[in-house]
Amino acid sequence: METVKEKKTTSKNKKTIKISGAEAIIHCLLAEGVDLIYGYPGGAIMPVYDELYKFQDKLTHILTRHEQGATHAAQGYARVSGKVGVAMATSGPGATNLVTGLADAQIDSTPMVCITGQVPRHLLGTDAFQETDIIGISTPVTKWNYQVTKAEEIPEILAKAFYIARSGRPGPVLVDITKNAQFEEFDFSYEACVGVRSYNPFPKIDTAKVEAAAALINSAKKPLIVFGQGVILGKAEKELKAVIEKTGVPAAWTILGVAALDSEHPLNVGMVGMHGNYAPNVLTNECDVLIAIGMRFDDRVTGNLDSYAKQAKIIHFDIDPAEINKNVPTDVAVLGNAKDSLEALLPLLNDNKHTNWHNKFKDMYQVEYDTVIKKDIKPTKEKLTMGEVIEQVNLASQNSAVIVSDVGQHQMIACRYAKFNQTKSNITSGGLGTMGFALPAAIGAKMGAMDREVVAVIGDGGYQMTIQELGVIFQHNVPVKIIVLNNDHLGMVRQWQELFFDKRYASTVMVNPDFVKIAEGYHIKSKRVSERSELKSTIEEMLASKDPYFLEVKVEKEDNVFPMIPSGASVSDVRLK
Amino acid sequence: MENNWYTISVYSENNVGLLNRISGIFLKRHINIEALNVSKSEINSVSKFTIVVNTTEQWVINIVGQIEKQVEVIKAYYHCDDDIIYQESALFKIKSDLLFDEREIQNIIKENNSQIVTVARDFFVLSKSGKRDEINKMHDQLEPYGIMQFVRSGRIAVSKAEMRISSLLEEFQHN
Ligand SMILES: Cc1ncc(C[n+]2csc(CCOP(=O)(O)OP(=O)(O)O)c2C)c(N)n1
Repeated sequence: METVKEKKTTSKNKKTIKISGAEAIIHCLLAEGVDLIYGYPGGAIMPVYDELYKFQDKLTHILTRHEQGATHAAQGYARVSGKVGVAMATSGPGATNLVTGLADAQIDSTPMVCITGQVPRHLLGTDAFQETDIIGISTPVTKWNYQVTKAEEIPEILAKAFYIARSGRPGPVLVDITKNAQFEEFDFSYEACVGVRSYNPFPKIDTAKVEAAAALINSAKKPLIVFGQGVILGKAEKELKAVIEKTGVPAAWTILGVAALDSEHPLNVGMVGMHGNYAPNVLTNECDVLIAIGMRFDDRVTGNLDSYAKQAKIIHFDIDPAEINKNVPTDVAVLGNAKDSLEALLPLLNDNKHTNWHNKFKDMYQVEYDTVIKKDIKPTKEKLTMGEVIEQVNLASQNSAVIVSDVGQHQMIACRYAKFNQTKSNITSGGLGTMGFALPAAIGAKMGAMDREVVAVIGDGGYQMTIQELGVIFQHNVPVKIIVLNNDHLGMVRQWQELFFDKRYASTVMVNPDFVKIAEGYHIKSKRVSERSELKSTIEEMLASKDPYFLEVKVEKEDNVFPMIPSGASVSDVRLK
Repeated sequence: MENNWYTISVYSENNVGLLNRISGIFLKRHINIEALNVSKSEINSVSKFTIVVNTTEQWVINIVGQIEKQVEVIKAYYHCDDDIIYQESALFKIKSDLLFDEREIQNIIKENNSQIVTVARDFFVLSKSGKRDEINKMHDQLEPYGIMQFVRSGRIAVSKAEMRISSLLEEFQHN
């Protein structure tokens, strides 16, 4: 947002030059500060690729092995860097392969711009070769989309695309550009977008609402904060911490909010939701004031709405008006960017400790530790657990790694046990739950933060959904660390079958290939561990490596993730076994 | 919560594809659009959608929120029937001989304040504007005589309360 404002001044001295639409696209990307894009070429986008060839010293293009991989890589890049991720594809099958990544970015509010080629304008609507209505297809899964059919529209539309993708509640935007528009020449000039008439991404903070929120918080005896990714997207980590420390309110997080607050912070009371921690789930139904910050009361968080925090007054801080009262009726709603809202709130809050209330969380944590956590991270049985692998990563990385997780049991274990001491460190597919997300997202995450250690944690199922992206890791020597937690099952589905379908394991047993050989086929250093005695040293070796590294850990085949709120049950009915 | 009739007014930029976006919001929640009309509005280059649905107030509030969230939508409102002045129009195509042979038809036309739009050799066409039940009533009266074709338009509505679109647009621009 700030960058756009800065650019507004520089764009005053605008020069025009006659160039092709394809070249204009590159200039627009450069003007938006893009230096890295992911994609896959094809007939309808070839003029742009030809320009990319000429501009390769300024703009790096990473050839993923599938367009879905390009979107997830762009998402991973965006989520760690805070910048807009860019993916590019040709028309037809190239464009449709972007859809999963768009849907994932839409529900997880990830800023992304996708550019697709399209058949020439005169062929639109004729079922031409590789024509698909990608505008129609992508409409429900984009924040905004647009089809460009004339070269001169390119600068304005791309400027608008970036502005919309990153402003307000961020999201994915798709711009479809016909081939004739890529060839046509026109007088190019670029002006960054600073506003769209009908679009009001920055709601003004209503001070009366902030005061009402402060009064409620100050009068609360048992307040609970639940924060989500809105804190990270709004760059409000510091303000969140200040609010927590001043008021002494225990703070729990959603799966996408996690890294906004240091895992070791004494007031950090863990994760809410289906596989969240025992205390914050149960005590949601005991708190007197629930303060939701940048989270959207997803059904995986709330369980049955009829029995969710009924006793509590609800305060909701969010930037998106459509989220207010969508699932949970609020007593006070503060619209706006989390940073601004919390900044306004802080001086109105009283110092407090809430020691007795906080002790309740500690006691319940102890119960969870004794029945669940200890078995997961310090197991005594022979077979390796997913939890102890994550614990070793914490130790070896001193809680400073970016953890990119896929979807399934390992994801829940990774989010429950991974420790973070920096923001933007937990990259996972929260809202869509997209298997196949982690490997390409880890590539993007690493490229978005080369100075950070990036560890992908993936199940044997999801790994095989985008395993081809090992090709990118090999070709560009991207030093990501990949851990496949192999239980020879589609573990999470198997768990549900065990618990709710009388152990009828329909299509969840996996006969897997030799993953180590596959990684070696891509010339990636790799190792398999199935003994506890080798685990610690191998993970240390992996993290010490300057190169990409693949590690397969053979874990217990039929472990379950607990605690668990069965779907449709109340948050207080959380099961510990 | 009980179902009710709601009219949703949406002021938006006049853009290709927005109808798709808006109708998708109803589709996702499995709500049938009972009537839909899109036209220019009182403001230059701003379009207005008028959408009629039968649903609960909670859902209509959520839907209006989702509609308003679309980048090209300026503002969306919902109204109960009492909050608006509204009309629909209908055309009835009827065999010509009925107009001359059936006395009662003449009465129906008069009673309903309906107009004869055209009279051809084989058929004549009646038009009627009004509330939905008024049109329904006329339809029921004509039905026994045989209706060759019938069509009814989407609802058009203006609110009794002011909709401050122009000042809103100004506010946006100064933000
Ligand atoms: C693309 C996609 N297809 C199907 C699912 C449904 N699903 C959720 S978890 C899961 C099993 C994941 O198995 P695996 O990747 O081996 O991880 P594990 O649960 O064993 O850790 C499946 C099939 C999904 N989330 N995404």
